[in-house]
Amino acid sequence: MDSKSLIGTFNKKGQKIVDSDYLFYEAPRERFFMTGSEVVREAIRRASVDVSISYPITPQSEAAAMVGDLWVEGYVGEYFRGENEFAVMSECAGASFGGARVFTTTSGPGTLRAYENFPMWVGSRLPIMLNMMVRGVNSPLSIQPDTLEIGLIIDTGMLIWHAESAQDFFDYLLKGFMVAEEPDVHLPIAICIDGFFVSHTKDDVYIPSADLSLPPYNPYRNPMPCMDMEVPPVRMMRDPFVMKSNYISYATQASWQQETRAACERSRKHTIRLLGGLIEEENTDAEILIISSGTAVAQGREAARLLSEEGIKIGIVKIKTIRPFPYEEVRQATKNAKIIFVPEFNVAGWMAREIKAAIPDNHRVIAGPHVAGGMTMPPEVIVEEIKKVLAQKKETLHV
Amino acid sequence: MSNYSVLKGPEAFLPPAAACEGVILPDPGQGLITGSVAHEDLVMEEAARQFLSAKVPTIFPGPLVLWNWNETAAKKATAIKRLYDVLKAHNSSALHIPMPDYRPKYPKINPEIEINPNHPNLTIWHNKIDVCMFVGVHCHMANLSLKIIRGGTDCYTIAMCAQAGHEDAMLTFRDATPEKINKLADTVERVKASGNFAVNNGSA
Repeated sequence: MDSKSLIGTFNKKGQKIVDSDYLFYEAPRERFFMTGSEVVREAIRRASVDVSISYPITPQSEAAAMVGDLWVEGYVGEYFRGENEFAVMSECAGASFGGARVFTTTSGPGTLRAYENFPMWVGSRLPIMLNMMVRGVNSPLSIQPDTLEIGLIIDTGMLIWHAESAQDFFDYLLKGFMVAEEPDVHLPIAICIDGFFVSHTKDDVYIPSADLSLPPYNPYRNPMPCMDMEVPPVRMMRDPFVMKSNYISYATQASWQQETRAACERSRKHTIRLLGGLIEEENTDAEILIISSGTAVAQGREAARLLSEEGIKIGIVKIKTIRPFPYEEVRQATKNAKIIFVPEFNVAGWMAREIKAAIPDNHRVIAGPHVAGGMTMPPEVIVEEIKKVLAQKKETLHV
Repeated sequence: MSNYSVLKGPEAFLPPAAACEGVILPDPGQGLITGSVAHEDLVMEEAARQFLSAKVPTIFPGPLVLWNWNETAAKKATAIKRLYDVLKAHNSSALHIPMPDYRPKYPKINPEIEINPNHPNLTIWHNKIDVCMFVGVHCHMANLSLKIIRGGTDCYTIAMCAQAGHEDAMLTFRDATPEKINKLADTVERVKASGNFAVNNGSA
């Protein structure tokens, strides 16, 4: 049955199924003060989720447990605990292959343990929603915030959005289902937040009534048929295509991968409509810009405010989607910039690499400041970095 | 705005996906011709000209219209059969070759009776097909086929898609219905009657 035909009807929990645009833009919203984990609970309550599978790892454990509460209350169709993260993601695949709207959460080492499943989800065109509450992944072990984990999934083929705040998080969770399930996209989506900074911190969030719900997923719009051992990709995985060495096998495999990347590209059109663009810009006529994603943007914004008190104008570019990456938007937003700072909560600097790859004259990019392993990034640290670089380059700037 | 044109091949050892070259799928009421957005009526006329000027115009119906799994599928199948009859009346070489499933066919496909998305070029080469239309094929499988065809053959591809369209085809419709397929058959008859169906195809 077409999901749109259910609009105006009531689901088994008694929620009214409404058009997604109505839920996002028109339904009255009420102000709440809640943690990121509670935001997950309230978004999933309104998301017509069929199946959720969990495994505890800090900092996502609380959110996963709250989704379990939703199952007890009747808002989620099925819910159970997997044997480990690899099992969870495999079980999510099974549920999605079977036509369910699927939600799960993970963090840090759990993400890496489950990693093999993510390109498999992509190649199988499974629109699973994965909430990543990112944390440290390397030894010595840390459960604290660190965004290295996002950099490690960049080329899996999944859609990857990075929320700055609890409000972003609530909206991205619901809108993410709509984009990921478009038939021309139909890919898994990772909605990332910075662990603890967003997951465990309370913030103002405006949310619509719990009496409303998104239309359910319609598996008949799937660009692939339901799972069948005789049909690709399962048939390919079990015999000819991985076993044969010939041009046809290689060309099919390559074309298959290209099609999943094409699907990610197609998500731009839908995402721009729902998120109001892939980036947000403030004062990008300035010669100095701060560009980043997640809570690094919030810290950058505060640094810009501090510098404005000293007469130094700083522009801000907030990147909402890591995949697809907003190449053209970043090129346009940085065309006036002489120096571009990229603060990040990881030591690798993957966001700076992305920006360097996107723009001309990429010597303008200063990869930093960086913190990691749970360190905070006080705005003063960003201010200090900017002043240090400005002192070196002041003859070329008009600040 | 993309500068990339989706033209007849053979294009490359591994041609790019058109979406990754900046080609964007059409909105409702529109279609694409060689990657550029056009009003659906113009797309209808161009599809008709391509069919009418072809040496071996061919329809490839997929599982979504081959099997009688809902009322719309049956109506679409009837409309597709009518379109085929219109093409056949114009050109006795017209073909109607099904894509009944997506299993890779080993050790060897019979290209006279079926086409497969994993190696569609074999059926096109064998039958010397120069214009084809996909209809009722799951979108992922259609895109897979269309790109392989563009890479290795000189066949002009048309997609009659029930969802958002296919930028890897040279010409695409979206939101296909039985009525839209019948309208295409009507358009073929009308353009044929006009006698003006010369085409000017570029190549990659």
